[in-house]
Amino acid sequence: MSTSRIAPGTRMTGAQALIHALEHEGVEVMFGLPGGCILPAYDPLLESTIRHILVRHEQGAGHMAEGYAHVTGRPGVAMVTSGPAATNLVTPLMDAYMDSIPMVGITGQVPTGAIGTDAFQECDTVGITRSVTKHNELVMSADEVTLAVRQAFHIATTGRPGPTLIDLPKDVLQNETRWEWPTDEEVAASLPGYRPTMKGHPRMVKEAARLILAAERPVLYVGGGILKARAAEALRELAELTQIPVVTTLMARGAFPDDHPLCLGMPGMHGNATAITAMQKSDLLIALGARFDDRITGKVASFAPEAKVIHVDIDPAEQGKVRRPDVPIVGDCRLVIEEIVKAIRDLQAGGETQADTTAWKSRISGWREQFPLTYEPSEPGNALKPQFCLEKLRDAAPEGTIVASGVGQHQMWTSQYWQFNEPYTWVNSGGLGTMGFSIPAAIGAKIGRPDRTVWAVDGDGCFQMTAQELVTATVERIPIKVALLNNSYLGMVRQWQEMFYDERYSEVYLSTDVPDYVKWAESMGCVAIRVEAPEEVEPAIEKANAVNDRPVVVEFRVDSGEKVFPMVPAGHSNDDVLVHPTQNDRREHLR
Amino acid sequence: MSTTPAPRNHHILSVLVQNRPGVLARVASLFARRGYNIFSLAVAPAEDEGMSRITIVVDVDSAPLEQIVKQLFKLVEVVKISELDPRRSVERELLLATVRTDAETRSQVAQLVDIFEGKILAVGVEALTVSLEGHPDKLDDFEALLSGYGIVELQRTGRVALAKIDRQARLRAVDTGKGKVG
Repeated sequence: MSTSRIAPGTRMTGAQALIHALEHEGVEVMFGLPGGCILPAYDPLLESTIRHILVRHEQGAGHMAEGYAHVTGRPGVAMVTSGPAATNLVTPLMDAYMDSIPMVGITGQVPTGAIGTDAFQECDTVGITRSVTKHNELVMSADEVTLAVRQAFHIATTGRPGPTLIDLPKDVLQNETRWEWPTDEEVAASLPGYRPTMKGHPRMVKEAARLILAAERPVLYVGGGILKARAAEALRELAELTQIPVVTTLMARGAFPDDHPLCLGMPGMHGNATAITAMQKSDLLIALGARFDDRITGKVASFAPEAKVIHVDIDPAEQGKVRRPDVPIVGDCRLVIEEIVKAIRDLQAGGETQADTTAWKSRISGWREQFPLTYEPSEPGNALKPQFCLEKLRDAAPEGTIVASGVGQHQMWTSQYWQFNEPYTWVNSGGLGTMGFSIPAAIGAKIGRPDRTVWAVDGDGCFQMTAQELVTATVERIPIKVALLNNSYLGMVRQWQEMFYDERYSEVYLSTDVPDYVKWAESMGCVAIRVEAPEEVEPAIEKANAVNDRPVVVEFRVDSGEKVFPMVPAGHSNDDVLVHPTQNDRREHLR
Repeated sequence: MSTTPAPRNHHILSVLVQNRPGVLARVASLFARRGYNIFSLAVAPAEDEGMSRITIVVDVDSAPLEQIVKQLFKLVEVVKISELDPRRSVERELLLATVRTDAETRSQVAQLVDIFEGKILAVGVEALTVSLEGHPDKLDDFEALLSGYGIVELQRTGRVALAKIDRQARLRAVDTGKGKVG
């Protein structure tokens, strides 16, 4: 936004300039917690149109901002004070950096004259956050506040999105300045080294179109960049035009509908055998906004050995970082996909035909038939199976439900068993793997999309890291729902110790009864339900879905021995995927 | 590093940056975080107001170099990166050294300085301080010869470099797809 509603030259404090600047950037809500150095910024907030959510821990503010950004595409804003508050924001900033989430952090700082003196609650915030942000800035004058805000929002939301941070000394907030709202041109001129490439190189686009038409075993390898580029529709057009099967990574779940006949689901360490094997055997990987993460490739040297690679990414540094592409295309995923679709149509209009992929399709449907996701139902009287609970949760979820998850087994099961048919309905911590992400992220998501049902799927380990934000949810009337899969363990760690450390369980048991999750949730103002038997599952979910005036926590007591399958052990080739034990008899069909 | 010659795999990057607080820390911490080694680094204001030029010598193969350049470009304050081909650029460095001398060796050292077209900056009873500006290879040779007399203290600036003027003075510009390589 380059026009200002305030007359240029109007006198105000740096703090007033900050809040007005946020309003001008279109900020409707921010998440934060006040303290000494940021206090001046909290005063003009009383007159602002911006809603502020008072969190119980600064990490919560950061993850809420992320959850908000995930579902709306707009930058999430977290405002906290200096020192420990700034350091508490480091984890969400890094999380947002890894998953390319647009987010703006605002931190208080000790007055400019006190910087460098080890003053109370002083820390080198820009130094500490330098490697966890796309860009950060210590603002040393009230006159520079509005430009710093504009730069922070511009950098966070353009190119490859990511977190930015503005560090504001207390006197900078208190000093007087005159309102100036920099134009788009002035912002661009102030950042001469920042010019993201949007359009793909025409020659590369044409080359990509040729490879796509020539491929006999192609796979569309779709990453989170599709969602950042708002490219889901363009992707669908490309997939349907070429009839090429699609795998959606953990960060891209929902970018292509799971109920689409061409959708193979999630690849990677805990992907399904079909998605993993299709990539592995393909002769052309069309990577769209994906970064060849080690959780996808397994052992890089033996990853998709026969595949040529088309790599579309807005970040030039992703090209060739892990796998050297045959056709690198730097640009915005939506624009480049549209260009590729056009190039394919042009080639077809010129008489070129697509290679026959019938044999490939029938191999894929063979794998799908033989290796569906599966688990063994629980015996009567035994603990619930987490997959069963998730299936029931999925089936009872209203249309458009948004799911946020923590990190671990429950995250993988949710990604596997949910049906993501709509983009921006899946919120999780993919790159950094931040335990405790789900509750604050779900709160941010619910603020961003109040019309939607928002479920946080959490584990007991994760829940204990950030559950205090349920107090925030209750007080601020943000009615999220939490499905707590309590298996009494750090489940994923337990699985690795069972499989790779000879069942030597080290520091991995939490407790079944302590804390009492029902009492804890109730004490935080939530409706709380404990579920222990299969027949209780559906009624509990029904009851939870009916609550809309406060948060709900449903604790499912689940089988602690249950493991996530399939699994590609870390560092192994995707050829060595471990399928569910009941499917071992047909393992050779994946060859 | 006093007697270490420039590494065989060395590449010279000339990086134009906005002269903003912390920009050197950003560049340095990027090298540290990605595990790349800096052989030498020199930084000073450039011809344009508000800009600085950083000359970085790195010791890597070309594949990691491509990644270094791309990662450097992601820093918002980095405006332009050129890889300078040593054959098509001029490189200079400054060396200061205090060398132990006595009545007998003083004239020998003075003669060396003369041959290399260096300067004598200070004369003491038991030492000489000398300076030499020139191509880093020349400085290596000079340093090796001085070391026979006993170097008390030594400081080199690290190399600075610019592309040779025309005669196809080709900056081998690195294609980053970011559209800001001149």
